[in-house]
Amino acid sequence: MNRKAKIRLIMYDILGIVLSGVIFFVPIYFLLITSFKNVKEAYRMELSFPEQLNIIENFKEVLSVQNGIVLRAFLNSFIITAFAVTGLVLVCSMAGFVIQRRKNKLTGLWNMVILVGLMVPPAIVPTIWVLNSLNIYGTIPSMILLEIAFFFPFSTLMYKGFMKTIPRELDEAAILDGCGRIRLFFQIIFPLLRPVNITIIVLTTVFIYGDFMNPLYFLPGPRNATVQLTLFNFIGQYSSEWNLLFADVVMVTIPPLILYLFLNKRIIRGMVAGSLKE
Amino acid sequence: MKNSITKNTYSYYYLLPAIIIYTTFFIVPTLISFFFSLTRWTLFDWEFIGLKNFINFFQESSLNIGLRNTLIYASMTSGLKVILGLLIAVFLCSGIRTKNYLRAVIFFPALVSTMAVGAIFKALMNPTRGPINQVLTAIGIEGPSWLGNPDLALFSVIFVDVWKGVGIATVIYIAGLMSIPPHYYEACDVDGGNSFQKFTHITLPLVRPAMNAVIILSLVGGLKSFDIIWAMTGGGPGFASDVLASVVYKQYINGFYGLATAGNVILLILIAIIAFPLYRFLSRGEVEY
Repeated sequence: MNRKAKIRLIMYDILGIVLSGVIFFVPIYFLLITSFKNVKEAYRMELSFPEQLNIIENFKEVLSVQNGIVLRAFLNSFIITAFAVTGLVLVCSMAGFVIQRRKNKLTGLWNMVILVGLMVPPAIVPTIWVLNSLNIYGTIPSMILLEIAFFFPFSTLMYKGFMKTIPRELDEAAILDGCGRIRLFFQIIFPLLRPVNITIIVLTTVFIYGDFMNPLYFLPGPRNATVQLTLFNFIGQYSSEWNLLFADVVMVTIPPLILYLFLNKRIIRGMVAGSLKE
Repeated sequence: MKNSITKNTYSYYYLLPAIIIYTTFFIVPTLISFFFSLTRWTLFDWEFIGLKNFINFFQESSLNIGLRNTLIYASMTSGLKVILGLLIAVFLCSGIRTKNYLRAVIFFPALVSTMAVGAIFKALMNPTRGPINQVLTAIGIEGPSWLGNPDLALFSVIFVDVWKGVGIATVIYIAGLMSIPPHYYEACDVDGGNSFQKFTHITLPLVRPAMNAVIILSLVGGLKSFDIIWAMTGGGPGFASDVLASVVYKQYINGFYGLATAGNVILLILIAIIAFPLYRFLSRGEVEY
C-alpha cells in the first residue's frame, strides 16, 4: 500500500470515530450523566459533568417508588423472558426438526404459515377475546404463551435452516442401532443444535425483554407491569425529574448490555443469519 | 422401511406443541379478526355492520392520517436504512482499522429497548432545554420544537427509528460485502476500473441479497411500528404522528373494538399487498456471477 492510501485510511478512521462519537456516544453519555445528577441539575439538561454525584440516591429512589414497582417489574420481566425463551427453544427446535426432515402436505402448509407469520402482526382485540374465552387474560402464563407464539415463525425458521446441515444419515444410523425417537432428538440432535440454540436464546431474550406493545395490550394492571411498561409510565410521570427517569433507563438497559459485552459477535452474527436466511 | 423410519422418527408429536400454541394464540385470532372487523363489538356482544368500520377508517381524517403516516414512516425509515446502512458498511469495509470497534458502536442501539431510546431522545429533543437545541442556539440557529411541531414530529421520530435500526442494516450489509470474492475487485483493477465503477458494477449487484433482506426487514418493521411513536409523541401533537398501530391502540382504549380490529385488518392487507409481492419481486432479481 502506498503512503497516500495509508493516510487516507487513517483519515477515515478519525472521521469514523468522530462521527460515531457525536451520533452514538453523546446520547449514551447524556443518559449516564443525567442519571447521576440531582433533580435541579438534571432539569437543566446540560451535557456538563454533574457537580454533585447523586448516583445511589437516584437509584434507591427509583427502586422505592410506588412500593417498589420497579423491582416487581424486573421480576415479572425476568420470569416472562426466561420461560418464554425456554419454551421457544423446546417448541421450535422440535417443530423445525419435523418440518425439515419430513416433506409432505402438512409440513409444507406449516412452511407457508411460518413465512406468512413472519410478516403479519398479531390481531389485538381478537387475541384478547381468545384469552378471555380461555379465562387466562392478563395472567403471566398467558403472556409467556403469547410471546412463544409471536416468536415461533422466526425461531423455527432458524432451526429449520440449521437442521439442513445435520445429515439425515445420522438419524438413520442411530435408529438402526436401536435408538428410540425420543433419545434420537434429545440426546443426538438437540446437542448438535448448540450454535443455533445460543443465537435463539440471545436474540429472543433481547426481543422479549424489550417488548413493550404486547404487555401493554395483554398484561394490564400494575401488579403485572414489565420493565418496559414502568419505563413508559415514568416517561409520563417524571417529565421534570429526568434524573429518576434516566436512572430507570440505565437500570433497564443493564441486562441487555451485559449480554452484549459478553456475546456481541454472536449477537451480530445471529441477527445476520436470522435475516439472510429466508 | 425408509418410510416407516420417517413416520416413526419424525413423529408429528414433535410438531404438536407448536401447532397448538400457534393456532390458538395467532392463527385463530387472525382469522376471526376478519369477521369482527365487520362488527360493532364489545367483546361480549357484537352487531354486524358490514363495511362501516372500513368506510369510517378511510373517511375520518383522524383515522386515515394513520394510514398516510404509516406509508410515509415505513418508506422513509426503510429507505434511509437501506441507503445509510450500505454507505456505512462500505465505509467500514474500506480497510480501516477501527472497523470492529465502529461496528459494535453502531450496532449497540439495536439492543437498547425502544422505550429507553424514546426516553433519551425525548429529552435530547426538548424544545427549550434539550441538548440538541442548546447546541443549535450556541451556533446561532433557533431550534424548532422537534416533537411539538405537527409538520415535524413524524420526521423526528423517523430519525430516531433510523438511529436505532441502522446498525442492524449495516451488519447485514457487511456480511453481504464480505462474501464478495476479492478477486472480482482485482480483475476490475487490472481492467483499469475506478472505485465508482467497482461500486456500481461489482458491489451493488452482488450485495443484492443483503439489500433485499434489509428492504423487507425494515419495510415490514416500519409498517408495524408502534413502540417508538407511542413513547415519543403518543401520536401527537393532535393526530399528526399517528400511524395505523397507534390508531388501533387509541380505538382499543376507547372501547371501539370493531374499529380497532378493522385497523388491524387494514395493516394486514397493507403488508399483504406491499411486502409479499415485493419479496417475490426482489428474490427474483438476485444475480449470480
